[in-house]
Amino acid sequence: MDANNYYDAIIIGAGPAGLTAGIYLSRAHIKTLIINEGTIGGQMIFTHEIANYPGLESVSGYQLANTMKKQAKMFGCNIKSNVSIKDVNLNDELKKVVLSDGNIYNSKTIIIASGGRPRSLNAIGEALFKGKGISYCATCDGDFFTNKDIIVVGGGNSALEEAISLTKYVNKITILHQFNHFQAFQHAINEVKNHPKINFMMGSTINEFIGNEKLEKVRVTNLKTGESNYLKIDGVFIFIGYIPNTEFLKGKIDLNEFGEIIVGPGMNTNIKGVYAAGDSIVKLFRQITTAVGDGTIAALSASDYLHKQNAKQ
Amino acid sequence: MLDTNLKHIETADILTKIISENENVMVICGRMGPMCIPVYGIAEELEEDYKHVKFCDMEFDSFEANIIRNLPEVQGFMGIPFTIYYKNGKVVKATSSIQTKSQVIIILDKYFGEPNKN
Repeated sequence: MDANNYYDAIIIGAGPAGLTAGIYLSRAHIKTLIINEGTIGGQMIFTHEIANYPGLESVSGYQLANTMKKQAKMFGCNIKSNVSIKDVNLNDELKKVVLSDGNIYNSKTIIIASGGRPRSLNAIGEALFKGKGISYCATCDGDFFTNKDIIVVGGGNSALEEAISLTKYVNKITILHQFNHFQAFQHAINEVKNHPKINFMMGSTINEFIGNEKLEKVRVTNLKTGESNYLKIDGVFIFIGYIPNTEFLKGKIDLNEFGEIIVGPGMNTNIKGVYAAGDSIVKLFRQITTAVGDGTIAALSASDYLHKQNAKQ
Repeated sequence: MLDTNLKHIETADILTKIISENENVMVICGRMGPMCIPVYGIAEELEEDYKHVKFCDMEFDSFEANIIRNLPEVQGFMGIPFTIYYKNGKVVKATSSIQTKSQVIIILDKYFGEPNKN
C-alpha cells in the first residue's frame, strides 16, 4: 500500500454534505481526502441566490461552495475533483477507492456524499442538441429564446418556477408533463395556470429531438393513446427532478428502490465504517442545510468509529 | 470580472493579442452560473498539466465579447458558456453549454496535443 495514498477517512463527493464532513474530520486532525467526480459544490452551485442559509442573509451557491472548500482546505483536507471513480471496495476493514486514472486510495472509513444530478429524458438527439436548443438552466440560457416558442418539460416546483421565470423572455411556453397532474406546490400551479403565455400538454413525453444546426422540432407521444406528433419548437428546457449518484454502489451497499442509500440515525450504512450523507441518502427534504447536518453527523460517527478502531489496536 | 482563477480577458484587443502570442488558447465565455462554473473549474484544474495551453475566460455580457458572440462557429449556439479553442490565432473548435472534464480533455489532446508528463 502506498502510504501517500492512505487516509484515515475518504469522503466521496464535495457538495455541502461532503465538504462539511471534510471540515469536521480535518479539524479533528483526521487525515481526510475528498474525492469528487464533478465540480466542487455539487448541486449547490446551481442556486443563484441562497437567502435561507442561517447566518448569511444572501449568498450565491458558488460563493458558499468556495467558502466551504477553503474552510476544508484550511484544516488540511485534501480534495481531488473532476476525477472518475472506477471501483470501490467497502467491505474490508481497509476500504479502497479505485480511480479511472489508475490511482488507488485506502482508508479505514468512508463517507459517501455523492449527491444527485438532474435527470435527463434520454430521448433520441438529447445529447446532440444540448446548448443548441435544449437547456437545463433558465437563468443561464433564457435570453437566447427571446420571442421564441419553447417547451418546459416537468411538473414539479422547479419546472413550474423556471417556466414562470422564462415568461419574461419567450413568446409562448408549453409545459409538457408525463402525468395528468402536477407535483408542485399549489401556488406555483395557480401561477402557471393563470399566465397568458403558458399552455399545457399533459400525459405526454418527448421521444426525439430533431434539427440540423439547432433544434427545430420534437416528436411528442401521448402516453395514454400512444399517438405521436411532430411539434415545431425553438427550445426545450428540461426540469424533471434528480437522481442519486449511486450507480457505482449497486450490489455493494443497501439502496432503496430509487437507488438512495439507506442510513441509520448516525448516517451509518449497512457496512461497518461506511457512512452516507446528503442528497444520495433516503430522506424527505433535500436542502443545503439538511445536507450540512447529515455531513456533520456522518463525520462525527466516522470519527467515533476511527477512535474505537484505534483503541482496539 | 468573472470570479475565477483563470486569466480574465476584458477587451477584444486583449483577446486578439493573446491568440496572436500563444499557439494554443482556450477561452470560456460565460457568466457565473451553473452551466459555466463547472467549465471554469475544469480549466483551472487542467491549467497545471496543459502548460502549452493558455486558459482564459471572458464575460459573456460584456460588449467586448461580441468578438466571440459574432464568430461564425457559434451562430447555432443557444447555451452558455461558449468555449472557443484557438490554434495559431484560428478557431479550431467551439462548444456550447456545460462540458465534462473528459470532453474537454479530448478536445485539448486532439487540437493542442497531450501534456508533457515529464
